Amino acid sequence: MPDSNDISDMRHWRQVSDDISFSCFSGEDNLMTIKFIGAAIAGIALSTGPTFAQEGNIKIGFPVFLSGAAAGPFGQPEKEAAELLIEALNAGTVPAPYATKGIAGKTVEATFVDEAANAVTEYRNLIERDKVDAVVGYTSSGNCKSVAPLAEDMKTLTVFVDCGTPQIFEEIVTEPTYLFRTGPTGTIDSVGAARYFQDSGMDLTRVAGINQNYAWGQDAWRDFTQSLIALDTGSEIVTEQFPKVYAGQYGAEVSALLTSTPTAVHTSFWGGDLEAFLLQSAPRGLFARSNVLMTCGEALFPRLADQIPEGAIIGARGPYSVFAPENDLSTWFNAAYEEKFGQKPTYPAWKMAQAIFGLKAAWEKAGEDADTAAVAAAFKNLEFETPAGTVKMAIGNGHQAIQGIAYGRYKKDADGNPGVEDVISYSAECVNPPNDMMAAEWIEAGFPNSTCE
Amino acid sequence: MLKLIAILLDGLSYSAWLFLVAVGLTLIYGVMRILNIAHGAFYAIGAYACATALGLYYGAGWSGAGAFLVMGLTAIATGIVVGLAIERGVLRRLYGRDEVLMVLVTYALFLILEDATKMIWGVESYFVYQPYAYFGFIDVGGLPYQVYDLLVVAVAIATGLALWLWLTRARMGRMMIAVVADREISAAMGINVPRIFAITFAIGTVLAALAGVVTAPKIAVAPGIGVEVIILAFAVVVIGGLGSIPGAALGAVIAGFARAVSVHLAPEFELFAIYAVMAIVLAIRPYGLFAAQGERKI
Repeated sequence: MPDSNDISDMRHWRQVSDDISFSCFSGEDNLMTIKFIGAAIAGIALSTGPTFAQEGNIKIGFPVFLSGAAAGPFGQPEKEAAELLIEALNAGTVPAPYATKGIAGKTVEATFVDEAANAVTEYRNLIERDKVDAVVGYTSSGNCKSVAPLAEDMKTLTVFVDCGTPQIFEEIVTEPTYLFRTGPTGTIDSVGAARYFQDSGMDLTRVAGINQNYAWGQDAWRDFTQSLIALDTGSEIVTEQFPKVYAGQYGAEVSALLTSTPTAVHTSFWGGDLEAFLLQSAPRGLFARSNVLMTCGEALFPRLADQIPEGAIIGARGPYSVFAPENDLSTWFNAAYEEKFGQKPTYPAWKMAQAIFGLKAAWEKAGEDADTAAVAAAFKNLEFETPAGTVKMAIGNGHQAIQGIAYGRYKKDADGNPGVEDVISYSAECVNPPNDMMAAEWIEAGFPNSTCE
Repeated sequence: MLKLIAILLDGLSYSAWLFLVAVGLTLIYGVMRILNIAHGAFYAIGAYACATALGLYYGAGWSGAGAFLVMGLTAIATGIVVGLAIERGVLRRLYGRDEVLMVLVTYALFLILEDATKMIWGVESYFVYQPYAYFGFIDVGGLPYQVYDLLVVAVAIATGLALWLWLTRARMGRMMIAVVADREISAAMGINVPRIFAITFAIGTVLAALAGVVTAPKIAVAPGIGVEVIILAFAVVVIGGLGSIPGAALGAVIAGFARAVSVHLAPEFELFAIYAVMAIVLAIRPYGLFAAQGERKI
């Protein structure tokens, strides 16, 4: 989660605490403060009206992590994907249905800001200082939660790329107009993981979890264990480990997992924490003793492919990367990214590409001269093509995307490239709640109205 | 029984790591009265330097135990170069100033060094896992345990003993203790106090770099690793008493075992186990377990 290298990691340190506090806040104070700031800014915005900054160009602000621990695993691939797509879109070299130049015939300009800085301030800067026409970005759920009300107040077209919390459209902005999220919520990771364990016939009698101790890890583990209950697996939870995010040292947690003798282990670790956990647990035989499922495991492929034990269960937080369907867009994206940056794109890059394609599709549906409100209206309930297949803005009143998910066991191919086998894919309708239900309620109720093939 | 073995091994292993992380911080404070927030950045630089050095080592086709020699030399070289550069370039001009000012100065240095590491090494993670896997694991009563983690315990004990012997037996170490007792009298007796400060700061930096070096093979060396470490190091030295090396050792053992017990018996409390111990110690002995009010010890 993580480049404007011009800000310090101390700022990131503060950001981590902000993330956690924002992720956990339930009191009225923070919300009221945000709403108050938002209302004040909205007054200014209304006085000038939501118009596009420059004739002939579309300016997009990209808040991605450019510093801190999330810069490498998230910010960098997201920024690279955005740079690649903007260059290709402006040159008109993207395959159909995005073969037309730019967005709605206009050249796209990019402004990158550091998500590790104060999210609300930087968001406001993008709109008031940089005069962007749309904002596309955000990885941290904490940042998404703080920016979401502001996006509506400032009437700015805003597309969240990655942040996983379902709370955005369930609790924070329940009647959205300008805010969209083109990436699926974290719900699909947990539901898909439970289903994969069960459908693969794995032993689920003794289940353990190791997840980061903040909203992301806690929600992922809660949804996973609730899904096991809903699937009636009869599992016993033998240990629940919640180390601090960015802890780096997992020797004791690995010992706790080993001594608990689980048959299945779930982790939603990401970034450096996931990498360190792999390095410290695999040599001690955890993967040999238990079926270990890593919901973000695909992000390990570029740099630690040789360290992942074969048979480890890998997810990519959606139908991305090795789980992506074969189509013209995925073939082009994989090849163009690898040619430009020397390695295959990881799932954050796929999600960024998806967000930009969604924005282009909505804008072009609205028409060349459409204003912000018209583009937002066109975005609502949109179905659009991406390298990861068709994305449906089906929940969150048409503002939240749903996609399927797949898991598979890690196996290198004959050339030594990282890959997966025993893949099971779940459709979007199988792992996402319907529009009128909150994710946690849906899981607890036993996945009503889900359609699994 | 297996759980008890795990708690003992994990407590010992984590305590050793905490001691390595904290001992340089407490040494510098004990002698120089500088609460060195840049300590976390020195740790990170040590880890990055280790990643680079081992990258070159393995890249040249070498392997085997020579990597451990490279790690040791990297810690020493990095610590001496960075420590002396900071001490001579910045801190020397500020001696005698208020302790709070020095905290702000080292905080600024932390920010600068963190950005400098990003400029040099970028934001990508670095991996040098070969030394961690080199000795494999041993089975301790049914629990597989990495030999490398046990070696870190040995390194921590050796470091603590070497430091203690140097301070109590070596001429330079005794001069250092004299400076701790009274800076002005020491200077009047002919001790070159600025030189002692420079040596102390370099040793403290070498110790921080050593902690980074021994940690690098088991983590992703990435931006931000110094932030986590400085918080833990402060907790350890506060428990033991600022400026006290035996205090740092005891603080590390208490904090390490508090965390290990928590992880195995009550994982929901793991997040604040160390800080709960720190709060209890501060409530009972506000100056830490080994530091007496109004005194400075190393």
